[in-house]
Amino acid sequence: MAHTVTPHGGHGHNDHGHHDDHHDHESIKVLGFWMFLVTDVILFGTLFATFAVLHNSTNGGPTPHEMFEMPGVIAETFILLTSSFTSGLAVLQMHRGNKKGLIGWLIITALLGASFIFLEVSEFIKMVDEGVTIGTSGFWSAFFTLVGTHGLHVSVGLCWMIGLMIQIGKRGITPVTKRKVTIVSLYWHFLDVVWIFVLTVVYLMGVM
Amino acid sequence: MLKEFWDFLMNDFFITGDPLILGAQVSIGLSMVAIVIALSYFKKWRWLWTEWLTTVDHKKIGIMYVIAALLMLFRGGVDALLIRTQLAMPQLEFLHAGHYNAIFTTHGVIMILFMAMPLMFGLFNIVVPLQIGARDVAFPYLNSLSFWLFFFGAMLFNVSFVIGGSPDAGWLAYPPLSELSGSPGLGQDFYIWGIQISGIGSLASGINFVVTILKMRAPGMKLMQMPMFTWSVLSSSITIMFAFPILTVTLFLLFIDRYLGAHFFTLDGGGNPMMYINLIWMWGHPEVYIVILPAFGVFSDVVSAFSKKKLFGYKSMVFALMSISFFSFFTWLHHFFTMGSGADVNAFFAVTTMLIAIPTGVKVFNWLFTMFRGRITFSQPMLWTIAFIPCFVVGGMTGVMLSVAPADFQFHNSYFLIAHFHQVLIGGVVFGYFAGLYYWWPKMFGFKLHDGLGKWAFWLWNIGFYVCFMPQYALGLMGMTRRFNEYNFDLGWQPLNIVSTVGAFIMGLAFIFQVWQIAHSIKFLKKEKSGDAWGDGRTLEWSIPSPAPMYNFARLPEVSSSDEWWEEKQRRANGIKPKPLAPLEPIHMPKNSGIPFIMSVFFFIAGFGFVWHWTWMLVPGLIGVAVCMFARSFDYDTDYYIPVDEIERTEAALKGGH
Amino acid sequence: MRKTIRFLVPMMLMLIAVMLSGCSDKYIVLDPKGPIGESQKDLIWITVWLCAIILVPVLILTAVIVWKYRDRKDNKSAYQPNWEHSTKLETIWWAIPIVIIAILATVTIKYTYDLEPSKPLESAKQPITIEATSLDWKWLFTYPQEGISTVNYVQIPEDTPIRFRVTADQAMNSFWIPQLGGQIYAMSGMAMTLYLQADEVGDFFGTGANFTGEQFAKMTFDVKSTSEADYKTWVDSVKSSAPELTEEGFQQLKQPGSSDKQSFSAFPKGLFDQVVMQYVGPNGADAPHSGQKSGPVKDEEGGGHDTSSTEVEGQLLPVMNH
Repeated sequence: MAHTVTPHGGHGHNDHGHHDDHHDHESIKVLGFWMFLVTDVILFGTLFATFAVLHNSTNGGPTPHEMFEMPGVIAETFILLTSSFTSGLAVLQMHRGNKKGLIGWLIITALLGASFIFLEVSEFIKMVDEGVTIGTSGFWSAFFTLVGTHGLHVSVGLCWMIGLMIQIGKRGITPVTKRKVTIVSLYWHFLDVVWIFVLTVVYLMGVM
Repeated sequence: MLKEFWDFLMNDFFITGDPLILGAQVSIGLSMVAIVIALSYFKKWRWLWTEWLTTVDHKKIGIMYVIAALLMLFRGGVDALLIRTQLAMPQLEFLHAGHYNAIFTTHGVIMILFMAMPLMFGLFNIVVPLQIGARDVAFPYLNSLSFWLFFFGAMLFNVSFVIGGSPDAGWLAYPPLSELSGSPGLGQDFYIWGIQISGIGSLASGINFVVTILKMRAPGMKLMQMPMFTWSVLSSSITIMFAFPILTVTLFLLFIDRYLGAHFFTLDGGGNPMMYINLIWMWGHPEVYIVILPAFGVFSDVVSAFSKKKLFGYKSMVFALMSISFFSFFTWLHHFFTMGSGADVNAFFAVTTMLIAIPTGVKVFNWLFTMFRGRITFSQPMLWTIAFIPCFVVGGMTGVMLSVAPADFQFHNSYFLIAHFHQVLIGGVVFGYFAGLYYWWPKMFGFKLHDGLGKWAFWLWNIGFYVCFMPQYALGLMGMTRRFNEYNFDLGWQPLNIVSTVGAFIMGLAFIFQVWQIAHSIKFLKKEKSGDAWGDGRTLEWSIPSPAPMYNFARLPEVSSSDEWWEEKQRRANGIKPKPLAPLEPIHMPKNSGIPFIMSVFFFIAGFGFVWHWTWMLVPGLIGVAVCMFARSFDYDTDYYIPVDEIERTEAALKGGH
Repeated sequence: MRKTIRFLVPMMLMLIAVMLSGCSDKYIVLDPKGPIGESQKDLIWITVWLCAIILVPVLILTAVIVWKYRDRKDNKSAYQPNWEHSTKLETIWWAIPIVIIAILATVTIKYTYDLEPSKPLESAKQPITIEATSLDWKWLFTYPQEGISTVNYVQIPEDTPIRFRVTADQAMNSFWIPQLGGQIYAMSGMAMTLYLQADEVGDFFGTGANFTGEQFAKMTFDVKSTSEADYKTWVDSVKSSAPELTEEGFQQLKQPGSSDKQSFSAFPKGLFDQVVMQYVGPNGADAPHSGQKSGPVKDEEGGGHDTSSTEVEGQLLPVMNH
């Protein structure tokens, strides 16, 4: 192309102390993440809609009534709610500038998240053992997809949190890591809210 | 072992046995070899990598979008000509039924998703940051990722033409036909993954431009002082944010139906195919407004520039854009009034559909009254704008006719419908983006496109359009259904089909003129040096040199009007001295990154693996994607400052050209 | 180049005019032979005229403005570069489309209820039921009252309401006889109802209107409207001379492929409903929504959900035929 401008790359980090500039960039990223959450709401909304449409389509096969085991689900709920609380505590520690406290609460949050995933996967495995799979009927397709998509979101959040803990360990609490923690905890609370809907629409309405 | 592999390649992997496709395979192979040789011979690999593949500069990304879109326009256009040839002479069986079905499917998908969308994003990228006085989009890295996801998604879709088999269940792939029971081949899987991967890119772009417009405007620019194109981008991007997640989910559900044997849209197992049709149109209808709204923005800017007059009814225009965005989510059912939803539902959706005609009609009046008491120059962008008005008004009226539910029972899926949506998509979207391309071309490349050849292309496009599509309205009233590859001679459809085909070839010729126009203009390059190439520029992009330096604005402009540059020119003409220049400051810029490109390659690999059910391929692909994400997250060296002396040098060099 | 264009544009317009005016009897949508098609034609013309009220002035206005305000040195028309708003004018052109759309919406709503496809036609005669099944890639018609069956053609008596029940075995299709009236989707697992009537004797074109796969273009059929007496004679001759459609014969027939016209003197009892219900689960928990039912068949085990299910589907999936 005819219009190559100045070559780039190879410029060193030129720290002129543009902290206002930096701060502005971080706030833009947080807004971007809010926008992402809007799209994620639509995504889950669509999945809930398909679940609602197919909630009677068991095709003569097993019904949610027969399959759901509420104690496990209630345990999952408490674990996830608690993890949302602990991620809030992590943010609190971050604002106090307490790096150790931040990482500590993040570890607890991640462990809770991991146990949630463990319980959910065990629930799925048990169902598959009893012969209920994603291909059993429309209802179970919708069930595994909706609950599985939430589980996948939680798993992604876990990996992200682990990566973030390493970064905080290396770099401490900076505007960038601060923004990242804010976003992860936003994401985590969001998944918590989605789970409340999953619990109500899928499990409670399923056994009632 | 080797023989088995060879058999697999020849029987399953490559499409063999069709001379047309064989020709395409050979020419694709040869051109790839030629590109590799040329790049090596001219030692351009490094240049390609550092200047283009890894760039995060919105202007370059925009240019890549435009190039990709024009290539796709070529392929979609060839598909169209093949369709028309078959329909003019169905007796000759130029294409056999299966091949014909594949071609109309790919024509639709390519034109909407891989031509209109990237052309639109190209204009977004090139124009928006310049119009709002920003140095880049809000998330330049994500912007690059969006482009490469689109690109590799499009490649994955296109490769099905020669490898594995094209999709052939229609551009929206209604189940149960698109389920394994109806389409056991790989084409449908290429469809799902090609669109899915590029769709993620589109979604990210939507977010990116919403944030860019909300947060990155130049100091002083209020929302109600944004140029109308920027407003249209905002409304389109918001619509993307709400519509594209639905597409993602819908395709994902179709994928697990096919891949894991789920029962979302299957006939058996309690699946519900009608759910797919609802979902796909909940995305699909907003989608057509996503592509038309920016075209409205282009027309608004162009009509005001070349009438040398302020845009008439600015507030009405903004309100109209936003209400169209809103209502576009409440009309999807008009795509299947004949599904037997009952009178209540049909009446509701008929009325919501008609409501959209109101703001659209108001926009037309405002464009007309922008020209009224103006001074109209017939430059190339203005020609396309003037041609758009009657074309779109007629297309809009046939749209209103289709929205009348009980009458739609006679129009649905006929050539009347085909003619209608081609009229609004070509007369609206294509004309609009052409107007935009001609208008901002000098801003992109620093030279104008040849006028004479452009006028030839313009007239041929317009004549070809009417010759092609007016007969199709008539064919619809004769009962001709879409997607027929042959018809009975005594129905009397052939004469009009031949006329229509002639029109299509005239448009093909027009496209050749445009290619010639570009080649000619590059060869006899006349550098455009003023920055305000048309002399009539009204908005900020015309206040800086063409092409813009990588940081766009050496100093961020102060804005107090929606026609800031026009006002500035008026002030200068009236002898009011511009404010003294503030001292330059180092400019904060994002660094180039290879990750978006690499990550998209991994997406392609994973998609290809999913299509072929090759776990050995899809697992590394997905791992690659994850690794790329981590690599980005751990990279803290993502931006830098351009020092003042370098800005001074660049500015001096640009001024030197004056 | 200007000359070429000046020559080409009128040529093109003339060509289109010739094309549109010639062979007008081919415009079957505008040449209906039954009450439904007749109403739809009227409605189409109403919308055309309403649209023309806006269309014609806008086209003239465009031409005039573009001509009058072109940038010429000697152009004496007004030039007001900063004139950008006029509440009066803008109110006018918000109002005009609103009024037109309001009229059109009223007309549309009235016709939507009048022409609801499952609404029986008023007639002194009892309607005849004909079941149409879209197979890959042919139409099967079964006459439950007469006990006969045809492929790719359907014969009806004139002046008698026909109650078509429409379904599909596999891919979704649409059942369309343009000269009798608008189409209705043929969907697997659904029995759609469409009332049509022919007012005169004649041969009409019928077609599938929704893509069903490879040989979709073969899915046209003939509609033969005859006098009542001829219809009876035809039924009798099919009954006496045509072969029987057996269960095996049907399995053969539904294999993908095209077909010539065929007639059968009998068909397996309840064949149509069998096709409609073929995917229903053992306990009918997710029975398909047929044209005659307003919701899923009652679910014994999860009966409590029935109401909510209907509500949800009423919003998301308006699939019912009422």
